[in-house]
Amino acid sequence: MSTVAETKIKLTPEHNARPGASVRSRLQDALPKIVLAPSFAATVIFVYGFILWTIYLSFTNSKTFPSYAITGPRAYQRLWRWTFESDPPSSWYTSITNMGIFGFLYIFICLALGLFLAILLDQKIRGEGVLRPIYLYPMALSFIVTGVAWKWFLDPGLGLEQTLHQWGWTSFHFDWIKNKDFVIYTVVIAGVWQASGFIMAMFLAGLRGIDGEIMKAAQIDGATTFQLYRRIVIPLLRPVFLSAFIVLAHLAIKSYDLVVALTSGGPGGSAWLPSNFMYEFTFKRNEMAVGSASAVIMLMTITAIIVPYLYSELRERPR
Amino acid sequence: MLRKLLIGTALASGFAFAAHAEDVKEVQMLHWWTSGGEAAALNVLKEDLSKEGFAWKDVPVAGGGGDAAMTALKAMVAAGNYPTASQMLGYTVLDYAAAGVMGDLTETAKKEGWDKSVPAALQKFSVYDGKWVAAPVNVHSVNWLWINKAVMDKIGGTEPKTFDDFVALLDKAKAAGVIPLALGGQNWQEATMFDSVVLSTGGPEFYKKAFNDLDEESLKSDTMKKSFDNLAKLVTFVDPNFSGRDWNLATAMVIKGDALVQVMGDWAKGEFNAAKKTPGTDFLCYRFPGTDGSVIYNSDMFGMFNVPDDRKAAQVALATATLSKSFQSAFNVVKGSVPARTDVPDTDFDACGKKGMADLKAANDGGTLFGSLAQGYGAPPAVANAYKDVVSKFVHGQIKTSDEAVTELVKAIDDAK
Amino acid sequence: MSAVTSPAREVSTGIRARTVNRIVIYGLLALFALFYLMPLFVMLVTSFKTMDEIQNGNMLALPQSPTLEPWFKAWGETCVGLTCAGIKGYFWNSIKMVVPAVLISTLLGALNGYVLTKWRFRGHTLVFGLMLFACFIPFQSVLLPMATILGSLGRFGVTLQNSTGFSFGLGNPTVNLVFVHVVYGLGFTTLFFRNYYEAFPTELIKAAQVDGASFFQIFRRIMLPNSMPIFVVTVIYQFTNIWNDFLFASAYAGTGDAMPMTVALNNVVNTSTGVVEYNVNMAAAMIAALPTLLVYVVAGRYFVRGLMAGAVKG
Repeated sequence: MSTVAETKIKLTPEHNARPGASVRSRLQDALPKIVLAPSFAATVIFVYGFILWTIYLSFTNSKTFPSYAITGPRAYQRLWRWTFESDPPSSWYTSITNMGIFGFLYIFICLALGLFLAILLDQKIRGEGVLRPIYLYPMALSFIVTGVAWKWFLDPGLGLEQTLHQWGWTSFHFDWIKNKDFVIYTVVIAGVWQASGFIMAMFLAGLRGIDGEIMKAAQIDGATTFQLYRRIVIPLLRPVFLSAFIVLAHLAIKSYDLVVALTSGGPGGSAWLPSNFMYEFTFKRNEMAVGSASAVIMLMTITAIIVPYLYSELRERPR
Repeated sequence: MLRKLLIGTALASGFAFAAHAEDVKEVQMLHWWTSGGEAAALNVLKEDLSKEGFAWKDVPVAGGGGDAAMTALKAMVAAGNYPTASQMLGYTVLDYAAAGVMGDLTETAKKEGWDKSVPAALQKFSVYDGKWVAAPVNVHSVNWLWINKAVMDKIGGTEPKTFDDFVALLDKAKAAGVIPLALGGQNWQEATMFDSVVLSTGGPEFYKKAFNDLDEESLKSDTMKKSFDNLAKLVTFVDPNFSGRDWNLATAMVIKGDALVQVMGDWAKGEFNAAKKTPGTDFLCYRFPGTDGSVIYNSDMFGMFNVPDDRKAAQVALATATLSKSFQSAFNVVKGSVPARTDVPDTDFDACGKKGMADLKAANDGGTLFGSLAQGYGAPPAVANAYKDVVSKFVHGQIKTSDEAVTELVKAIDDAK
Repeated sequence: MSAVTSPAREVSTGIRARTVNRIVIYGLLALFALFYLMPLFVMLVTSFKTMDEIQNGNMLALPQSPTLEPWFKAWGETCVGLTCAGIKGYFWNSIKMVVPAVLISTLLGALNGYVLTKWRFRGHTLVFGLMLFACFIPFQSVLLPMATILGSLGRFGVTLQNSTGFSFGLGNPTVNLVFVHVVYGLGFTTLFFRNYYEAFPTELIKAAQVDGASFFQIFRRIMLPNSMPIFVVTVIYQFTNIWNDFLFASAYAGTGDAMPMTVALNNVVNTSTGVVEYNVNMAAAMIAALPTLLVYVVAGRYFVRGLMAGAVKG
């Protein structure tokens, strides 16, 4: 593992005095930026441009189709009011509280489990080639169908509960998927099942990128395995944590099909996440302004959480 | 900028298609009838058209009872790629018509006499601003009971005529150890059942005022409270695992005899048909107790888009074939619904279908044909979905009393208007 | 840890502790493998059962009379809309869309990561931060504006077609999907490579520069050969996401000819009428997932190669 990654390279070592070469070398200077430019431009237009469009729409009274006359913040006023309607819970209230529960548990469990499995798999395991795809494959399958398998498994009348009853454990009771207060946890279970393997792969790639010499040196110094991982390996995996966190946060925010396929919204809409809310209002209820406003609030919330994290991760750190 | 693009899109779409001269003899059809009897029924239309020399370009998008297809449609329209026609429901047709993207079939309608044969209630959605913009395919009716006859005989039940009869019948089934009521705990199924409960509890006038005119006095009336109480009564008769169940699985419970009855629209009959069950001997169809004489309807429509001139011929052929008597009969026999025109002979229909057709005619003549709020024919989608939210939250316990339910209903509908 | 300095007794307890250790590790790994495999097991058994058995039996039970019928039906007979020719025809649609999208976005991500770590300029963190934040835009809210833009590009393509005889792929649904997936995949691919290259020794690049290697030479000769593990991760991620995308696929390419596998699968599975043929659905899902599964098994092997590549560094 190198410790000099932060060292900046002077782009062109020597500037040549001849004018022709100077044009060439200036081109060389600009080359990295030229390479990066298309990607950046696409991002600016197709992400930030569309975000501005969404913000604009949220201040109109767009219904089925976009309409472009600004009518004020009514959509936000409604969302604001719904934010505090907890009894009976408004769909928005349910969505955001679910997002809190789901987002935290999903990201935390996936990170912990992914790292744990990666460390176990990194112990020179025989059969790694078999185990790795087993942990990974859930990402490969479209949730349209794995959702059905999970739905059966969690259904008290079909799956785990019934099977255990047949095996004689009749007091076993597991009906979370039918319970309005617990249904969101079944979404967590299925979500963790789907994504944790991929997180494991990311950590495994990170572990494999760590220089073996460092580990050996630490072992010679008498570090226990636990110390080794806590003090040396995990800090070295910081960039992987960043990637994994971003991937998970984005999956959590976009977990739309998970909820639909597994619970079709849950009893009385109790499994909704903000993405369901946004889709419902934009496309199904023809209240595009409210849908857009909810998207804007989601993005603002993400900004509030992610940007400080990114800032602390990305600023130049002395090592 | 984007608005200009959108308008430009609409204007230029004709040009985009004009480049494909070979597309003319083809209909492009967006729908979500991707399987089972519905797909088979739609195939009849495909074959009818191919006999006339029109190719069928299928654009199937299943999922969410048309939600996915409607999202795809919105994107297609935004991109300026209009399909020839799309399966659509109620207010969606009117929304697209108001946006100016629908075609005009008035000439064909005149020639074919649709004005006279299609019930006025349907024309409210298929005609916009005096122009025919959609061809209705069928009329579904929501206020039905579907009963397993073997179970009914076993418990010695008879046709319930009032809501109290119905409760007594369900009690009997419960005592006999059968699941009395098969219900899928998804919001639209619960709300569809509630449509019937309200009609039964308050009568036709009340239903119309509350669920079609959205009259606030009716919405917060004691009758509405009573309706919620009645709904609560019905919910005590479902099995504990009902939450989230698909409607066809609930129907299967009745078909197999695990449950006595399902309250569902007549598309449930398509399931009985597919399972080779005969009305009268295997299963019974009754109107929801206390709603005889009235029909709560919804309808599938084929919205016709404003396609360029060289594709109009194909569109007219599609619309004509859709509303032809032979297709109306063939399609609806399979689907369980009744024809969208009242002059189709009922010879091919089974007993339930015949009753459905007679009821529709009577309701149409007597002014007791009402749009289903749960199915999006009573009010625009924003209101309809707010309504479904409240009913579902009541069924699943987030809303605890009928007083609270009524307050929430008024608030939610007011919010969505 | 060195055995030479330890008394023999300690060595033997060390070995015993090690054995226990290994048992615990393998036990845990196996346990989790079971957790991950469970739904696959349910799907596999179901796909070999007859409908009778599914309706009347336990979902975890093995099929009593295994049948391949559902698999054949899913492959060649089941109805996708009104066309009943199975899902086999949709593979190619997906592949010709996914492969270019994955390759382009991965390659761009690698280049971006390379620039953002080894050719830094003022504001590189901000540029990266902005690209990264782009990952969070909800796709539902870009669906319509993107459709509008793709639509007008399509009309431009028709104009080009008329004037030059070649549309440059504009307006082609497959090209549209590739474009969309590249644009919205860039954030992730850049993130993956940037974080990987962050730890890549800068001296190597400096040395190469002194030797007169150009920007692209360094990328090709030094960066790429050492990128295997992250390449694998990125490809897996992109391949999975793009292959399984339903929203864009149904909205931009649902029209018959270019319909990708997910849309077809959804049309088979997502039915609300009739007896749901769970066995066929499960078989169809497995078939539809074969390419991704293949990528996982094949690509997974390269993690190990990545280990060797990692040894070069230092």
